Amino acid sequence: MSTETAVRPREGALDARIPSGPIERMWERHRFEMKLVNPANRRKYTILVVGTGLAGGAGAASLGELGYDVKCFSYHDSPRRAHSIAAQGGINAAKNYRNDGDSVHRLFYDTVKGGDFRAREANVYRLAELSVNIIDQCVAQGVPFAREYGGLLDTRSFGGAQVSRTFYARGQTGQQLLLGAYHALERQIAAGTVRMFPRTEMLDLVVVDGRARGIVTRNLLTGAIEAHAGDAVVLATGGYANVFYLSTNAKASNATAIWRAHKRGALFANPCYTQIHPTCIPVSGEHQSKLTLMSESLRNDGRVWVPRRAGDTRPPGQIPEAERDYYLERKYPTFGNLAPRDIASRAAKEVCDQGRGVGPGGRGVYLDFADEIRRQGEDKIRERYGNLFDMYERITGENAYRVPMRIYPAAHYVMGGLWVDYDLMSTIPGLFVGGEANFSDHGANRLGASALMQGLADGYFILPNTLGDYLARVTPGGDDTRAAAFDAARRQVQDGIKRLLSINGSRSVDSFHRDLGRVMWELCGMARNDAGLRKALVEIPALREDFWKNVRVLESGEELNQSLEKAGRVADFLELGELLALDALQRTESCGAHFREESQTDDGEARRDDERFAYAAAWEHTGNLSQPRLHREPLVFEHVHLATRSYK
Amino acid sequence: MNLILKVWRQKGAGSPGRFVSYQATNVSPDMSFLEMLDVVNEGLIARGEAPIAFEHDCREGICGSCGFVINGVPHGPRRGTTVCQLHLRTFEDGDVLTLEPWRARAFPVLKDLVVDRAALDRIIQAGGFISAPTGSAPDANALLIPKDDAERAFDAAACIGCGACVAACPNASAMLFTAAKVSHLGLLPQGQPERWDRARDMVRAMDRELFGSCTNMRECEAACPKEISIAFIARLNRDLVKASFQPRRAAAAAGV
Ligand SMILES: Cc1cc2nc3c(=O)[nH]c(=O)nc-3n(C[C@H](O)[C@H](O)[C@H](O)COP(=O)(O)OP(=O)(O)OC[C@H]3O[C@@H](n4cnc5c(N)ncnc54)[C@H](O)[C@@H]3O)c2cc1C
Ligand code: SF4
Ligand code: FES
Repeated sequence: MSTETAVRPREGALDARIPSGPIERMWERHRFEMKLVNPANRRKYTILVVGTGLAGGAGAASLGELGYDVKCFSYHDSPRRAHSIAAQGGINAAKNYRNDGDSVHRLFYDTVKGGDFRAREANVYRLAELSVNIIDQCVAQGVPFAREYGGLLDTRSFGGAQVSRTFYARGQTGQQLLLGAYHALERQIAAGTVRMFPRTEMLDLVVVDGRARGIVTRNLLTGAIEAHAGDAVVLATGGYANVFYLSTNAKASNATAIWRAHKRGALFANPCYTQIHPTCIPVSGEHQSKLTLMSESLRNDGRVWVPRRAGDTRPPGQIPEAERDYYLERKYPTFGNLAPRDIASRAAKEVCDQGRGVGPGGRGVYLDFADEIRRQGEDKIRERYGNLFDMYERITGENAYRVPMRIYPAAHYVMGGLWVDYDLMSTIPGLFVGGEANFSDHGANRLGASALMQGLADGYFILPNTLGDYLARVTPGGDDTRAAAFDAARRQVQDGIKRLLSINGSRSVDSFHRDLGRVMWELCGMARNDAGLRKALVEIPALREDFWKNVRVLESGEELNQSLEKAGRVADFLELGELLALDALQRTESCGAHFREESQTDDGEARRDDERFAYAAAWEHTGNLSQPRLHREPLVFEHVHLATRSYK
Repeated sequence: MNLILKVWRQKGAGSPGRFVSYQATNVSPDMSFLEMLDVVNEGLIARGEAPIAFEHDCREGICGSCGFVINGVPHGPRRGTTVCQLHLRTFEDGDVLTLEPWRARAFPVLKDLVVDRAALDRIIQAGGFISAPTGSAPDANALLIPKDDAERAFDAAACIGCGACVAACPNASAMLFTAAKVSHLGLLPQGQPERWDRARDMVRAMDRELFGSCTNMRECEAACPKEISIAFIARLNRDLVKASFQPRRAAAAAGV
């Protein structure tokens, strides 16, 4: 790629541009020091926002409200369909409405610790600070959060927290928060400040003179390849957990936008930090197309167990108390069933590896509500989780009020993503990244109910400020797509599509995606080791080569062609998968969700290596997929002291 | 188990369509309906035939992407269930199933089982929001909302925007969808200032989008995967009557 169309980062350590001064005042001071765009001039700046999930939807609406000229893109038919809609459990905020000792500082502390000391303190502090405003904003929009009889907001405690700071809307918190953002967005669309391009997929980023200046898109109905110019580009395109094929993510969730931006020069940080969620409905057969999450809020009232004896096939009701192993309560007496996700997931794998798993295939553990149903009554449990129990029944045909649920871990969320500085700007000036698509805030492990918080903090409160500061420093460029880089990118996209359509091999896109998923899950999933990762690094490129020889994509590029859409996304997963494995290989420590079998304590807990690995790994694309260049952002912990995470 | 599918195939918006029969052989009762279609599509691709286009994303009954008509019933036979959550154990071995897209003037067919539902977004644009600019909110607990009101608002807010109500309605009316949004916001104190304009403007937008009018056929409620109650339609009708006595609020709402 020529230097004209791709950006090369500077040598040396990455500069996160963290403002100086005490962490408690940092964001406030930073906002004061920012340059502002005169309201009358905002209209002259075009901002391209890709994605309408919590981050993109909230961002586009807020930027439109400020008066910028916003163009917003989504491959969905409506902004309301973004994957955020599926979030169930809740959203954290340090409101301390419960008087239970919560504070901004505690949420900050919990998030840094929960992330196993691999997140940037300054960003996390700001997130905790803004959490409070999010709830206010959402209530004002009409989000119907759960309430107490007195009319005040209800909260609950959620995986890994000892305070009750999670706000929720039945088991559909993401839906209601996204609808709030969607309403705000539709309001701006009606007002003409935001132009919405649904069913439009971004397929490349355009870089002109070292700055992000536009995108190339495909109209998913007509196949038209179009260029859009802007003064800044925001990617809020979600996470890449579908690299595992089976995951809790929506089927279309993919990495294409961030991956193609990465190939244009944006560094990709911590790709190996992928979160496996402990409570999902187990795989039922070969045909499985996705995995369904059972919100971990269920762990508040459900107890996790397996039979004590391997190979015990009695139905759960016939296994007496004394022959059950409530292994989370046994191993982690303080946190018990609320142990953080990574710990709970590995513990489930461990008992199944010992042959104590339950259900068909032996890949499952019980999540049992019998005790709480006895204690609180079935109605109380129904009120709290009714829709989840219904969903479970629809999928498995079983009634979880009568028999324990069966659950197993599944790929769920990615902490990794494009590297961003304090302003959420990537290493390409003018390219901002929000929500799950960036790497900020969660370190090596995300706590429950913190992704919604981050998406909305980015969208409502951070990006509208930091984009202004950036735009105030550049002259508006208008809608000009004449630069050679636009043509080059457009041609490249067209060639890529032509190539996919011309192979006409013998295997479907899905079959390749399944194979990739198997490799990723087996070798780069819940537990990783040197030999396995090296094996993955042979298998992934081989699969990629086979894909480009043997994939079969029927029909044309000039119509709605779902196979073609998938093909492009899977092609990118086949590249990203390799970077994920490389990143996992270089990080020989265990931290958070990244568990290297070589680095564990005697009792099987993750062992971090702060001496060598207290950095964010940010990868540069070099043109050779097998040899990306590693940049390191050193992480400094001044407020939360490095300590071994213990949930015992 | 085995199923016979008669599927509406239509290459593009302007093209003619027709039913084509396919066999779904050796499928498992534990499969979801869409997983069965995945299997059928894999077979089609292997034979060099275009796969059946259908929309889906979350496959959890929440995004509202999926939806087609099975044997005349939107989302198929199971009450309160989207087609992505429908499992084959609902059917009998050997069943013959006819699959066709939503049929409504406001929802043009784009391809096979995929229709254009953008009209629903335009109804929201007409007023389906509370004007609360970012940053302007008071403390969340400054406003007390009785639990029952919040719950009722939630019942309405649970709509996933799938359009099954329109497909089920003999008049292809979007009244249930519209009533759900008007009620969600109108049941909350935050939604009061814009309440009358909202009802009026959204219903007007619905008419503009070529949806039919509601004649209380109740088919929508039966088809709705989120079991949105038609009581909300009655509520919307009452709001419309009251709205006719209310002066139009100054053009404060963006875009209206
Ligand atoms: C089942 C489930 C339950 C969850 N529950 C919780 C929870 O209880 N609490 C919590 O905090 N978090 C939860 N999460 C995580 C959380 O939902 C997500 O991390 C978050 O919603 C991501 O939001 P986002 O805005 O970053 O992206 P998304 O919501 O994924 O939105 C991505 C957007 O980008 C668009 N897009 C992507 N690529 C392109 C492209 N190339 N061109 C055009 N458009 C594109 C899509 O159309 C979409 O609009 C859950 C996740 C899952 C899977
Ligand atoms: S009211 Fe029901 S059927 Fe109609 S769009 Fe909403 S969820 Fe779908
Ligand atoms: S695919 Fe999301 S509701 Fe069916």
